[in-house]
Amino acid sequence: MISEFLRKKKKYVTINLNEKEDKKKTSMNIEFANRIVEKDIDEKIWIKCSNCSEILLSEDVEKNLYICNKCDYHFRMGARDRLSIVLDENSFKEYDKELKITNPLDFPGYSEKISKALEKSGEDEAVITGEGKINGIQAVVCAMEPKFMMGSMGCVVGEKISRAIERATRKRLPLIIFSASGGARMQEGILSLMQMAKTSAALSRFSEKRLPYVSVLTDPTTGGVTASFAMLGDIIISEPGALIGFAGPRVIEQTIRQRLPEGFQRAEFLKERGFVDKIVHRKNLREILFKILYIHTLEGEVNE
Amino acid sequence: MNNALEFERPIIELEDKIHELESFIRENEVDLSHEIDILKNKLDNIKKNIYNNLTPWQKVKIARLLDRPTTLEYIERIFTDFIELHGDRLYRDDYAIIGGIGLLDGIPVTVIGHQKGRDTKENIKRNFGMAHPEGYRKALRLMEQAEKFERPVIMFIDTPGAYCGIGAEERGQGEAIATNLLQMSKLKIPIIVVVIGEGGSGGALALGIGDRVCMLEHSVYSVISPEGLSSILWKDASLAEKAAEIMKLTAQDLLELNIIDKVIEEPLGGAHKDVDLVSSNIKNYIVKELTELLKLDSNTLLDMRYQRIRKIGV
Repeated sequence: MISEFLRKKKKYVTINLNEKEDKKKTSMNIEFANRIVEKDIDEKIWIKCSNCSEILLSEDVEKNLYICNKCDYHFRMGARDRLSIVLDENSFKEYDKELKITNPLDFPGYSEKISKALEKSGEDEAVITGEGKINGIQAVVCAMEPKFMMGSMGCVVGEKISRAIERATRKRLPLIIFSASGGARMQEGILSLMQMAKTSAALSRFSEKRLPYVSVLTDPTTGGVTASFAMLGDIIISEPGALIGFAGPRVIEQTIRQRLPEGFQRAEFLKERGFVDKIVHRKNLREILFKILYIHTLEGEVNE
Repeated sequence: MNNALEFERPIIELEDKIHELESFIRENEVDLSHEIDILKNKLDNIKKNIYNNLTPWQKVKIARLLDRPTTLEYIERIFTDFIELHGDRLYRDDYAIIGGIGLLDGIPVTVIGHQKGRDTKENIKRNFGMAHPEGYRKALRLMEQAEKFERPVIMFIDTPGAYCGIGAEERGQGEAIATNLLQMSKLKIPIIVVVIGEGGSGGALALGIGDRVCMLEHSVYSVISPEGLSSILWKDASLAEKAAEIMKLTAQDLLELNIIDKVIEEPLGGAHKDVDLVSSNIKNYIVKELTELLKLDSNTLLDMRYQRIRKIGV
């Protein structure tokens, strides 16, 4: 016991040293990165890991499912890319593409924000919904687009997700939602808030048909999305390191006037607290989702 | 009148002047009743002018007044034999949300609501009406109990929002709110929601799914506080007044957006000027609507509740 305790202590010290070294390395890498930026090297070619600061070839990162080759950091991923790594090729049929975003409260500056988001993300809204297959098993799938106004939920996002849930209910299909969202969209005010109620009510009806809903939390899942459909999965999966919470860390720090502990509101923390079933590496995501769907398709006949 | 708001100053000044004049009359035994009448008339006009044209930000201020009647004050006046029940049976009792059972004109009901403090000391105990997950879980426990015994639920909403803190996150603030939204959409008993003060975002919505939703005339309901919005938009929380103007958060805005069914009248100046009157206005509305809702079978009730939420937005 005592020797174990001592060994632990020793380790603790070593970690500290390593951290220092890491910091040195990090600062070197930052310098390197700055030099690259100074030289105007195309950002489309290079990408810097937000975790280990390694400068990586964008092409390599893309091939590696947007995971850092060095430290395994999971980069944020666009909705289309997300669908392509999970679904069988050419199996996806998109729903409700015609639903167009509006400015229901005539919120000043919102229309310009929308145009910028369209340009930045290449999508019409912060979620793509539809039907696709995983190893041949049909499912309704929604994927949120973090590049579209931080994946925020306004009327169209709420409507698309609710319609997808209703279709899954009608067609008796399993449901998978990949969340990536900062929460309710401020520019649609109270209407955005009500989308939390709408999607949750749709899930309630889905659930009563005893159909499975797998919620996949990716970085970041916060605010009104966490406080509605994201936390209502029969099974809740998260990607490693994803920020998941109700209030954002900065808001909490401002409220309580103290620094938050390391790892607070990360996927691993949520799993430890009992709010996430499983943390799944992106490389294993497709396989795990398939297994879950497969198990749920089996007829549960028990001899009585 | 020490809790008067900035925009109420002209009213207070004129009221003071009238008092002065009245004591002058008493002391000097002169007849100035005509002048007094003129001033009182003027006072009435100023009051009407100010209170009937409140800006959104002024409404926010009224909704947040420490003097504003809270859930417990309405419960005392609307229900009889109220018994408060405590705790979520999982972690602890959250004083920011109260709940219990009682009678509404002889009909058994469950009553739940956010509870703000009526002074600083009580506000600290009640965390200014900002609940932790256990508050929402207590509310859900009482709602499920209401369903079991087929009692309608009356909800009072008055919160700046769900609490943002380490414990709240550790115990699943998001999960607690989400679960309430899902469960409330399928409880087989009528639910009537009354927003009495501040309807602060997810913390309000977590008690806010119902068959009828009404708001007091000077209450507000929004996705974020005006301070929060202005710090996001302009990186400056002091521009809250400007934010309040654009975010459509008043009871009148929400009625126009078809999110609520009714605006309940308050006396001139706000609910705190006459709690009995506001209580009776609320009671009349609840009793009338409940009578209708109790006639419905549970499938119709739930279908209508679903459509009510479903139509918001697109």
